[in-house]
Order: sequence, then C-alpha cells, then structure tokens
Amino acid sequence: MKAETRRGPADLAEVGRFVDLEIAPRANTFEREEWIPREVLSRVADLGLWAPFLPPEFDGEAMDMVTVGRVHEEIGRGCSGLRSLLTVHSMVSASVHRWGEPAQQEQWLRALARGEKLGAFCLTEPDHSGSDSTAEGTTAVRDQDGWILNGRKKWITGGQVADVFMVFATTGAGTSTFLVESDRPGVRVTPLPHVMGTTASMLAEIEFTDVRLEPTALLGPQGWAAGTVMTNALDLGRYSVACGSVGIIRAAIEACAAYTSVRSAGGVLLRDLPHVRQMMSGMVTARDAARLLCEKAGALKDAGDPATIMATWVAKYHASTSAVRIAGDAVQIHGANGFSPDYPVGRLYRDSKVTEVIEGSTQVQELTIAAEAYREVAQ
Amino acid sequence: MSNDACTQIRTFITTKFPDVTFSDEEDIFALGFVNSLFAMELVMFIEKAFGTRIPNEELHLGNFRSVSLMADLVARQTSAAVG
Repeated sequence: MKAETRRGPADLAEVGRFVDLEIAPRANTFEREEWIPREVLSRVADLGLWAPFLPPEFDGEAMDMVTVGRVHEEIGRGCSGLRSLLTVHSMVSASVHRWGEPAQQEQWLRALARGEKLGAFCLTEPDHSGSDSTAEGTTAVRDQDGWILNGRKKWITGGQVADVFMVFATTGAGTSTFLVESDRPGVRVTPLPHVMGTTASMLAEIEFTDVRLEPTALLGPQGWAAGTVMTNALDLGRYSVACGSVGIIRAAIEACAAYTSVRSAGGVLLRDLPHVRQMMSGMVTARDAARLLCEKAGALKDAGDPATIMATWVAKYHASTSAVRIAGDAVQIHGANGFSPDYPVGRLYRDSKVTEVIEGSTQVQELTIAAEAYREVAQ
Repeated sequence: MSNDACTQIRTFITTKFPDVTFSDEEDIFALGFVNSLFAMELVMFIEKAFGTRIPNEELHLGNFRSVSLMADLVARQTSAAVG
C-alpha cells in the first residue's frame, strides 16, 4: 500500500473524528463484505497510525504506549476488524525494531511506519493452538544459502493483505522467527471467510512450501531466547486487544444511549427504565475500570518495567470479559433490533467474543493471573 | 561478577517466586519455575535495572542459567557501554 501523503500522528480528537466519520458508519459494511478497502488503510497511513511508537529515524513519532493504546481504543470503537490489523502490524513493527539487525530495520521499519508495507503475525497452526506455541509443525531447515521454510499457519489476521509475515518455525535450535515476504515463491495465501467475528480482519491460512529465505530473514535470537521474541510481541498484541475492547465497550454505550433515548416501551422511554439504567451504569463503570487498567499497563511499558507483562494480562482479562458482557447487554437492550444489521450492537457482540480468544484466551489468562495471586500471598 | 548485581537479580527472582530456594551458582532453569513469561520479565528487569540493552548475541540460555551468570552479563554490558 502506498500512502500519497503522510503527516502525523493525528491527535486523539482527530482520530475520533476519523472513526466517527469514516469508520463507524461503514463498519457493518466492512463486516458484511469481509473486507476493508485499501483507501481506508491508506487513510490510517495518512494519519500516521500504523506504527507511531517507532522513533523518528524510522518515520515514527516515538508515541508513548499509553497514547498508542488510546489510538487502538478509538479504532476499536469504530471497527474491531481494523483494530485487529493495527494489532498485528504493531506486533511485527515493534519486533523488527526490538530484535532486528540494522539491515533489517533499514529494510522494513520505514515502510511499516508509513503503512506502505503491512505486517502479519504467524504463530497459530491448523493442528496446534496459539496457546500451545511450543508445538509447531512449521519447520525452517538451514542450508548453505539460508533457510528452507515449510508448514502452515492458520487464523492469520491481515493475512490476505499483508506484505510481510513474521513466522515462528521450529529450527535445530528450537523455535526461531523469520520475516517472510508474502510474494515469495512457495507462499500461498488462502482467505478464511464466514468466521463469527472480526470478519473484516481479512483472516487467512498461509502455506509455506519449500520457501527459500536468505540468512538475513532470521529475526532476533534463536532457541530459548526466541521465546522472548514471541512473548514480547504477544504482550503488545494483548495490550492492543485490551484497548480495543475498551473501544467496543464505548461503542456499546454510545449505541445504547442513542437507542434508549428514542425507543419506548409501554409509553416510557427505555432510558427511564431502572433495569436499563442498571445496565448502562455497569457499562460506564466497566469502561472506566478497563481504561485505567490499560493506562497502567501502557505506563509500565513506557517505563520499561517488567510489571507491564502481568498488568497487561490483567487489563486484557478485565477489558475483554467486560466487552463480551456489555456487548451482550447492548443486544439485550436493543431487543430484536439487536440482531439486525441496521444497528451496530450485533457486530459488537460478535467482535467482542474474539477478544476473549486471541492473544491469550480467558482460560489461559486465568491460569496466569491466579498464579500471580498465589505468589503474592506466599511472599 | 558484581555482588550488587547478584543481590538485585536474586531479589527480583525471589519476589516473584518466594517459595523457591537456590544459590547464586545454581541452574534456575533446572528448578523448573522459569517459563517464557518470566524469561521476558527477567530480560526486561535486567535492562531496566542496569540501564542496558542486551544484544541478540547475548540472549542465550547460557547467560541466564544462574544469578551469577546474569550478573556477569550485566558486568559485560555495562562495561561495554562505558568503554
């Protein structure tokens, strides 16, 4: 994708207007067509939102992570499919910045920051869940010219449009990470249509058949430390999903406030019914709590504090589970209209469920967060 | 090896895993409590506490097996930064 003009990054108010005018009104269409048009992706580039956390030397803006989170929240308020693209693109961009050799950074980072190249994160496989990331069927074998990559990845967000894949593969030293251009011979991209939620995230299955890679395709350390590459990227993805979940909650509140202000039952506006007020109060409280948790996680990232990892788990757990509950309440408030494509809440409900599955399922999060509780008590 | 670095690293680990006992020379990976999440936390802790960025070539298991090996890594990185 080529951005003709670029400035930025936009301030949050401008991002909000972009969402209000250009994203939210079209999100149901994006969902139905399972596609986000290129011109929308170019607008994201124009606003400087693809990887604004990168430093200026790589055409980023050194945006702090708290603000990055607010950007992902705003985009998530409009369309979780688009936010999902931002999530995986951020994971790839941050990984190349953190782990890439200078030549790799020169090759990729400016194009990623400008949105001229889009990145996708390839971990999950058809036969191995993302939660079981040590069991990988994709292999990279070293030869005298570089690497030969074989295997399949599934549920790859943005896979239909990405220019570069960040691929985890088993090597002799354990797991390693590779940057693979989508137009390499031997790479086959198959769209995955008709999924339940975030249908506009352009999911794909990616098959690698004897894909030849130069030695410079290897990203970061191999073996044990490659797990650190994966964990670092997933932590950022988790943060983005948490912030996007706050956006879903905000969208549900906006939809319900508008709907209940004009819809009556028994001669009474829905907004004046106590049980509606109760649900709206829960939505507002959950939104504010989720955002505070996200801001805490983001501030710890900005400080380079390892406590950000657990803080991000907690933020994502609260934000995603709240988003599912609140989107469900939003459908309930809308009654039969909640199931209609004429309203956004059905989409919000479908999209919210995805946030409980990706970048650490709710159940995996419970294992991790509960373990922290026992550690705290043992001290 | 810096005693101060050893102390800080040990404190970080025992704060996270108060039930585990180990010497500064002991292989903490052999004790089974280090998962990928904690490995990431260890890397972030060392980088933040000692103001260094661990290069890819130093990110291997051999440098993280024990408190003393991590302290040696810190000493190398901080002296390289000064030098």
